[in-house]
Amino acid sequence: MAPLRTIEARDRGVLVPARISVPTFADGGELRRFVYALGGVDAVGVQGRVATLGTRSLKRATKTAAIDLAISMVDLTTLEGADTPGRVSSLCAKAMRPDPRDPSVPSAAAVCVYPDLVAHARHVLGDSSVAVASVATAFPSGRASLDVKLLDVRDALAAGADEIDMVIDRGAFLAGRWSQVFDEIAAVKATCGAVHLKVILETGELVTYDNVKRASWLAMLAGADFIKTSTGKVGVNATLPVALVMLEAARDFAEQTGRLVGVKVAGGVRTTKDALKYLVVVNETTGATWMTSQYFRFGASSLLNDLLMQRLTQRTGAYVRPDEFSGD
Amino acid sequence: MSERLDVKKTYKLIINGAFPRSESGRSYPVATAGGDFLANVAQGSRKDVRDAVVAARAAQAKWWGASAYLRGQVLYRWAEMAESRRSELADHVGLAEGLKKKDAQLSVARAIDRIVWYAGWTDKVTQVLGGANPVAGPFFNFSLPVPSGVIGVVAHQESSLEGFVESVAAPICVGNAVVALASEHRPSPAVILTEMTATSDFPGGVLNVVTGVTAELAGHLVAHEDVDGVDLTGAGESSDDLARRAAGSIKRVYRPRPHDEENPLRRLRTFVETSTVWHTIGQ
Amino acid sequence: MTEPSHTSPLGALAYDAAPESASIAHLAPSYGLFLDGQFTPAGSHAQFASLNPATEETLATVALASASDVDRAVVSARRAYERVWSKTTGAERAKYLFRIARLIQERSRELAVVETLDNGKPIRESRDVDVPLAAAHFFYYAGWADKLEHSGFGPHPRPLGVAGQIIPWNFPLLMAAWKLAPALAAGNTCVLKPAETTPLSALVLAEIFQQAGLPDGVVNIVTGDGTTGAALVDHPGVDKIAFTGSTAVGRMIQERVAGSAKRLTLELGGKGANIVFEDAPIDEVIEGIVDGIFFNQGHVCCAGSRLLVQESVADEVLRRLLRRVDQLRVGDPMDKNTDVGAINSAAQLERIRELAAWGEREGATRYTSACALPDKGYWFAPTVFADVAQSHRIARDEIFGPVLSVLTFRTPDEAVAKANNSKYGLACGVWSEKGSRTLWVAQRLRAGVIWANTYNKFDPTSPFGGVRESGFGREGGRQGLEAYLDV
Repeated sequence: MAPLRTIEARDRGVLVPARISVPTFADGGELRRFVYALGGVDAVGVQGRVATLGTRSLKRATKTAAIDLAISMVDLTTLEGADTPGRVSSLCAKAMRPDPRDPSVPSAAAVCVYPDLVAHARHVLGDSSVAVASVATAFPSGRASLDVKLLDVRDALAAGADEIDMVIDRGAFLAGRWSQVFDEIAAVKATCGAVHLKVILETGELVTYDNVKRASWLAMLAGADFIKTSTGKVGVNATLPVALVMLEAARDFAEQTGRLVGVKVAGGVRTTKDALKYLVVVNETTGATWMTSQYFRFGASSLLNDLLMQRLTQRTGAYVRPDEFSGD
Repeated sequence: MSERLDVKKTYKLIINGAFPRSESGRSYPVATAGGDFLANVAQGSRKDVRDAVVAARAAQAKWWGASAYLRGQVLYRWAEMAESRRSELADHVGLAEGLKKKDAQLSVARAIDRIVWYAGWTDKVTQVLGGANPVAGPFFNFSLPVPSGVIGVVAHQESSLEGFVESVAAPICVGNAVVALASEHRPSPAVILTEMTATSDFPGGVLNVVTGVTAELAGHLVAHEDVDGVDLTGAGESSDDLARRAAGSIKRVYRPRPHDEENPLRRLRTFVETSTVWHTIGQ
Repeated sequence: MTEPSHTSPLGALAYDAAPESASIAHLAPSYGLFLDGQFTPAGSHAQFASLNPATEETLATVALASASDVDRAVVSARRAYERVWSKTTGAERAKYLFRIARLIQERSRELAVVETLDNGKPIRESRDVDVPLAAAHFFYYAGWADKLEHSGFGPHPRPLGVAGQIIPWNFPLLMAAWKLAPALAAGNTCVLKPAETTPLSALVLAEIFQQAGLPDGVVNIVTGDGTTGAALVDHPGVDKIAFTGSTAVGRMIQERVAGSAKRLTLELGGKGANIVFEDAPIDEVIEGIVDGIFFNQGHVCCAGSRLLVQESVADEVLRRLLRRVDQLRVGDPMDKNTDVGAINSAAQLERIRELAAWGEREGATRYTSACALPDKGYWFAPTVFADVAQSHRIARDEIFGPVLSVLTFRTPDEAVAKANNSKYGLACGVWSEKGSRTLWVAQRLRAGVIWANTYNKFDPTSPFGGVRESGFGREGGRQGLEAYLDV
């Protein structure tokens, strides 16, 4: 009888080649053919998969660990016309010490602000582990010339931003001018240098999962360090099926090129329950490597307090009133 | 010892799942069949009809977007709710129509059973009215019944509950949203029954009820261009005139015919359209 | 920055146990037969045990119905038919069925727990699939009870009388619903015989019939083994036999009722082909393959047990499939995070092992998930055989377990030819982004159900059933009424 074979341990999970080799393209046509050859996405299947993953039940130690992980992945965000240094100061304080009474609570990953408030945030955060992320490139619409966008990025970098959250030109993408989208991302990445670049796809405006998959690949091929769902400024923000499609793209990209790209979901994630569902999707799609703030982030504001409330509930067994935590 | 004073209820409009008084600020008294005061009822206006049509249009997409199974569950839930308020309905049907208690109870029972009947139709109309068509060529061809959209109902003037149910449940069952003008002088059973949609998981706006003077409101409802079909059951002598006005925007029109009860699918068929799909077949 | 690890294990966030509570089942230590509206012991007082296949512990003992008990059940059903049910209007029958549907919804958690304990299927499936679908079936056929004249079988469709219904162990409650709901809607009375290893949820259903006030004798439930089923098939007072189970037993039943006036419908085995074209959406394909063969441990007559994949994408599909299979969470069926539960019985486990051994013997390449299996209970790790040939036993015989055979094809013609090269014809899957080719293939597949870009989907409005040796007759939809009408 033939020996019983099992799947070798080394073959499990996501395999990332040691050598990084990202394909390059002679022209827009070649880029388009490459991205189309990746194939489409079946909407019913994607929604069915996240519905099943949404039934995963995290209990006890798993839940406690997942809540802390989620806290560490939060990009605490304020992107309002009414933002002031005072508002940003309190946000920074919250990011560094989410619960001042409990030092075991991890700090958030970053604060995310407009470029003109980067310097202030940088000053308040000092040498803490919390990064300063700045939106740039004519956020949120992206409707400006490339020169203006790059200037916006340089401003933010000069003010001390650790991470840049750029927006793609959705008009160009939907009109089929993919190489323009690609070139803009590449130009921004060149300007950023070693600074982490998150590329916002604004999936609510791309609408279809096919578009989300293609835009994800376009951004990763052009040099994105992160692909991000949304600006938070349109009707539809991050959704679980969109996150699944983007994570699958990041996984496949890593397997093909050896380069690991992070995923950030932004807008609409308000509760611990939602956040844990995202973590389950990450866990079962891209796996352990992505289960860190280096490769997965939540762009959110009110989520952090809910995570803190649930964290306390886990410890005390009693539900907590919202006023237990500061309102920032 | 003093007797307890009754708490009197004013019957309000039902638009978009909410219960407004008329935009006009008017109400009118309705009487029992014997002529005694029964209740004050909101007297709807042209603008109330307009608001109701807007609400129905928004709700229709949501209602049709729900699965047929869910629509059946919601209609059945409505019947469950009505069952638990049977005696209240029977009191009002009895007073409004001048029926003996037992006859009023029977009328309510029939009305509830009718809702159950329609609850069972939601996921069967497609199979009974639709089908595949064996076209001569390499095509998969099938026809599906889809709702007409927003239906205006001028409800039966005498049959305050059964007539109302018949006119509104059929179009709702197949996925339409309805703006109904309740019986002018016997509106309370229709209003009470529709109040229960708020506790039956109906999306607000699927069934809107406007009470008031039929002669004043029906013309506005029938002339409204965003109404796709009208049921003129309770329009009486003005039916011909209203039917002509419905032609302005090519509305589907339902008017009672003799022996309608022998043709129970007519109401289901009136406010559906047939949508046919061709798809190629090839390697 | 340090270079990240070059592998990323999936599902690395180990989920702590999240068990559903067994006490929700409220099981009695022993159950009688459900005859004429009452639980009564078998005439011989014989009992047999129903085991939890995940622990091998006895859940309850159940009456073993003899031929004379079956006779009592048929007499009760006949009496209820003649005195009550045939005189009950369609609208009133409808309301009983609506009540039953509602009670199933209300007791859904209890039913899910009972089903998982008795069958071994994951609680996620019994909770999210079996029980809601069972309620939906009663709901759907409730609506038909007073609309039979619109069902397309002529102006005055009449019931058959007493229906004898024999159901399998893979979806105990759901199969009971598939059988009872259309039969009752059409105006028949029933004698239901649950499977020997999974009688318990049908007995909870009997309690629901009592709660719903269903007239005595309209549904009778005779628990037992093969001899009980045979007595029901042979009983002269039965007007109709409906059977779901293996082709071998179906063949025997067809022989036994041949020459009698009994109507017969059979829903038998299958060896479903799941056909993947190169343009198919690959991530959804992988999920569909997994749903097709590992849903309910592969104890599914319509399981997509033969994967036919276009050669140009075969390696990529297999690589991704194996990664996904290894990620399946196998174990305690009561854990809410379990994907694959226990094999239903020792006998079934033995059969799966035997056929899998044949796969190796005949030269297919075996991949078995490295998942850990519990010590007690009946378990079989999810298994994929690659390099399978059409002639191999694992490509021809129904395994009825979590074992997938992978074959390849080059053209649509070849895919159709391979898919049809089977004595069965229950269900197939087709995966492609090209609608016209999907329909071209679907038109040529000899199968009762064809899923496109999905698999193992069920709905009360959709007819289900097979061609050729997968049986005849349909369950579900308007067509499902025909099996219980004298038309």
